[in-house]
Amino acid sequence: MAGVAVSTTINGDHVEYLCQPDETLLDVLRDRLGLTGAKEGCGTGDCGACSIILDDRLVCSCLVLGAEAEGRQVETVEGMAHGEKLHTLQQKFLEHAALQCGICTPGFLIAAKDLLAKNPDPSEEEIRFGLAGNLCRCTGYDKIVRAVQDAANVMKGA
Amino acid sequence: MNFDPRFSGRKFASVGTRPIRPDGVDKVTGRARYGADFNMAGQLVGRVLRSPHAHAKILKIDTSKAEKLAGVKAVITAADLPDLTDGDAAMYDVLDNCMARSKALYDGHAVAAVAAVDARTARQALKLIEVDYELLPHVTDVDEAMKHTAPLINDTIFTEGLEEKPVKPSNVTKRSQFGHGDVHQGFGHADFIVERSFKTEQTHQGYIEPHACVANVSSDGTADLWVCTQGHFVYRQHCAQLLGLEASKLRVTSSEIGGGFGGKTHVWAEPVALALSRKAGRPVKLVMTRDEVFRASGPTSATSIDVKIGARKDGTITAAEATLRYSSGPYAGTWAEIGAMTAFACYKLDNVKTVGYEVLVNRPKTAAYRAPSAPMAAFAVESAVDELAKELGMDPVEFRIKNAAQEGTRSSYGPVYGPIGIGPTLEAAKTHPHMKAPLGKNQGRGMACGFWFNFGGQTCVDLNIGMDGSVSLAVGTVDVGGSRASLSLVAAEELGIDYAQLKAVVADTSSLGYNDMTDGSRGTFSSSMATISAARNAIKILRDRAAQMWDIPVDDVIWENGHAIAKGEKYGNLAALSLKEIAAASGKTGGPIAGHSELVADGAGVSFATHICDIEVDPETGAARVIRYTVIQDAGKAVHPTYVEGQYQGGAAQGIGWALNEEYIYGKDGRLQNAGFLDYRIPVCSDLPMIDTQILEIPNPNHPYGVRGVGETSIVPPLAAIANAMSNAAGVRMTHIPMSPPRVLAAIEAEREGRA
Repeated sequence: MAGVAVSTTINGDHVEYLCQPDETLLDVLRDRLGLTGAKEGCGTGDCGACSIILDDRLVCSCLVLGAEAEGRQVETVEGMAHGEKLHTLQQKFLEHAALQCGICTPGFLIAAKDLLAKNPDPSEEEIRFGLAGNLCRCTGYDKIVRAVQDAANVMKGA
Repeated sequence: MNFDPRFSGRKFASVGTRPIRPDGVDKVTGRARYGADFNMAGQLVGRVLRSPHAHAKILKIDTSKAEKLAGVKAVITAADLPDLTDGDAAMYDVLDNCMARSKALYDGHAVAAVAAVDARTARQALKLIEVDYELLPHVTDVDEAMKHTAPLINDTIFTEGLEEKPVKPSNVTKRSQFGHGDVHQGFGHADFIVERSFKTEQTHQGYIEPHACVANVSSDGTADLWVCTQGHFVYRQHCAQLLGLEASKLRVTSSEIGGGFGGKTHVWAEPVALALSRKAGRPVKLVMTRDEVFRASGPTSATSIDVKIGARKDGTITAAEATLRYSSGPYAGTWAEIGAMTAFACYKLDNVKTVGYEVLVNRPKTAAYRAPSAPMAAFAVESAVDELAKELGMDPVEFRIKNAAQEGTRSSYGPVYGPIGIGPTLEAAKTHPHMKAPLGKNQGRGMACGFWFNFGGQTCVDLNIGMDGSVSLAVGTVDVGGSRASLSLVAAEELGIDYAQLKAVVADTSSLGYNDMTDGSRGTFSSSMATISAARNAIKILRDRAAQMWDIPVDDVIWENGHAIAKGEKYGNLAALSLKEIAAASGKTGGPIAGHSELVADGAGVSFATHICDIEVDPETGAARVIRYTVIQDAGKAVHPTYVEGQYQGGAAQGIGWALNEEYIYGKDGRLQNAGFLDYRIPVCSDLPMIDTQILEIPNPNHPYGVRGVGETSIVPPLAAIANAMSNAAGVRMTHIPMSPPRVLAAIEAEREGRA
């Protein structure tokens, strides 16, 4: 099957690739572009481990086709830090030990970034519902919620 | 090796602090490499064809069309994995589970596999494989499978452990029994007796990372395997045995692991990937889909348990008895045996008897799931204990305190306890503010206790001191939740250096001696013991080198706070030598400085927890939610308290999911109906409250720092704690887990009708 030529922007960089028409954006990121930060936990949009931001919208990249990224802005966990400086959320996840195995962490960071962009001062309940599309099996979410609360406080003051 | 593992009661400088984990930055930036994040040049994509039938004879497999498809490089069946197990029945079961031989034994059982140039071709190839099945009657329910009329899953199995040798084959592979005293006499002394039957449904560990590996078998008899596993050394042994490789020529590298909880302790896809790679002559990457993880990895047992407990009016338990039936999938297991050992472990009992039955069913092979078998037994026992307290008119905490095991108690499974934490966790629960928090309408509070053995096992650690004075720590237990941080703290403590001076890595099987599976809550317990031992061995060398540098006898050199110190007034003018200074001179004093340790970490201290839980039940729908939760558990010594809290919280959350929601649902056709995270719903962030933790530290006398395993016990009490809360919130005693809305609603309606 002939590949589809796609021109897109990923983490601020212009990127071009060929992909199959039925290939997911997650597979393109992971298998063609070497961006393995987004994880496949289910492939059906239930776990959120592959969360990315597509033109300011939080999506599961396993439910988006690679061809659909044409002309759009893609943001993945690899784009969150600036050089050596971690994003506040990344720093707070480390400080609060908001990860154990860490497989869900890229998805949570992206979902939390999207949440705080839209609601900079969320209540605990808003954080819990805002992150309800991301599964974590290790932490019981307690330390994740606290990390996001702490990050929100720091980011508000910035 | 004169290593003394006894608890020494030292004061800590590093242990007990909460630094950021060494693998943290990689994990928040997406750089950490998990099972599916690794690739090799020229690698193929492996895919597995699975039986759609619960039980079927495999008459014929025709792979010819698949083999002819362009881009397909290898197709394998059981014929490509010949039986090399040499009479080892357990390994034969592993082999048969990896690739069905004469029969498919469950929906999802692997029957063939392909390696192709890409995923699309591999998927197409699977569709071209023709399998002729002859359907056989199946059984998926544990109680049904025990009936004499049930379809036999393996007609060569005769129940072990019976007084009389059975003449007919059975789905019950083994009977086991534990206890002491005379329960019949004990019940005779009871004023109150509670007798109940319980069921729990099968659940899955639900790790977010599906099983994944990259296998590369070379024509010279060597091979490499990159894999997410809880025990790469064990995987090496098993894969080498099944493939006919020499173990030392198979190098297994443990990737970062995206959750395991016991589910990554068995090989499923790895021997298949190796066989594909061997046949294709190229590296093969094999990643399970979520559907495959549910259908064909290793969930926990479904159970059916009867409990009977009697007590005198003063609250003393006089006898306790349980019969436990655990499903093990289509292969023999020891899950009921473990359940029977743990069931009454919290209590001091004169008369106790437990009997376990291992039951074959047409479901995937049961694997360990966090304190395997204990949560179901605790659900049954702690529910009955609560009922008995009610009948006696006693507070449930006081009733448990009165009967709690203590140091010197002979446990229900045999050994006599050393210092243990069940009493202290109960005392802490009694005075915890949670117990006085107000409850609203339709809300109720429950509590329950839990026990887990913990394990030590074979362990190996290398500690290498660089010439710049930095220290690398190579361990062989897998880091499933922050153990590199805790082991670095232990090494820093022992050497007297800063945590930041260390870097811990998980070494591959060619770089370190054998290590047992990272299970039984042993990661930090056993590897910290080996780390202490390795550090002490390094210190001996450091002292020796300092003695050489000073030209004094080594016996006059002591090690304190990361420095060699010449003791005695005659050496008053010798300034202490730091580890860094000794390391810098090492090339001239005898070469590299390292400490090694190979040991069997005996003496893992048993672990106890008490959980308190408040729930709110909607009487119209039967839906329940946890509104407050507290975990109190003995850690022995919390090396990195934040990660200990994390283990407590994570286990509680898994238990909450199990209690309220999670279950394998099989159709009449024996097929799994909910093999995905949409229909097998694990708790999400909005389902849970904050989970409070209280860490108690009752030192384990068999570890230099008093450490006990902490990883598993936290999943043991939640099922019962929530069931007990349910009885207080909704007035119904739930005896079937999960307490899903339909079951709770039916119980509430039955209760209403009973009253009317």
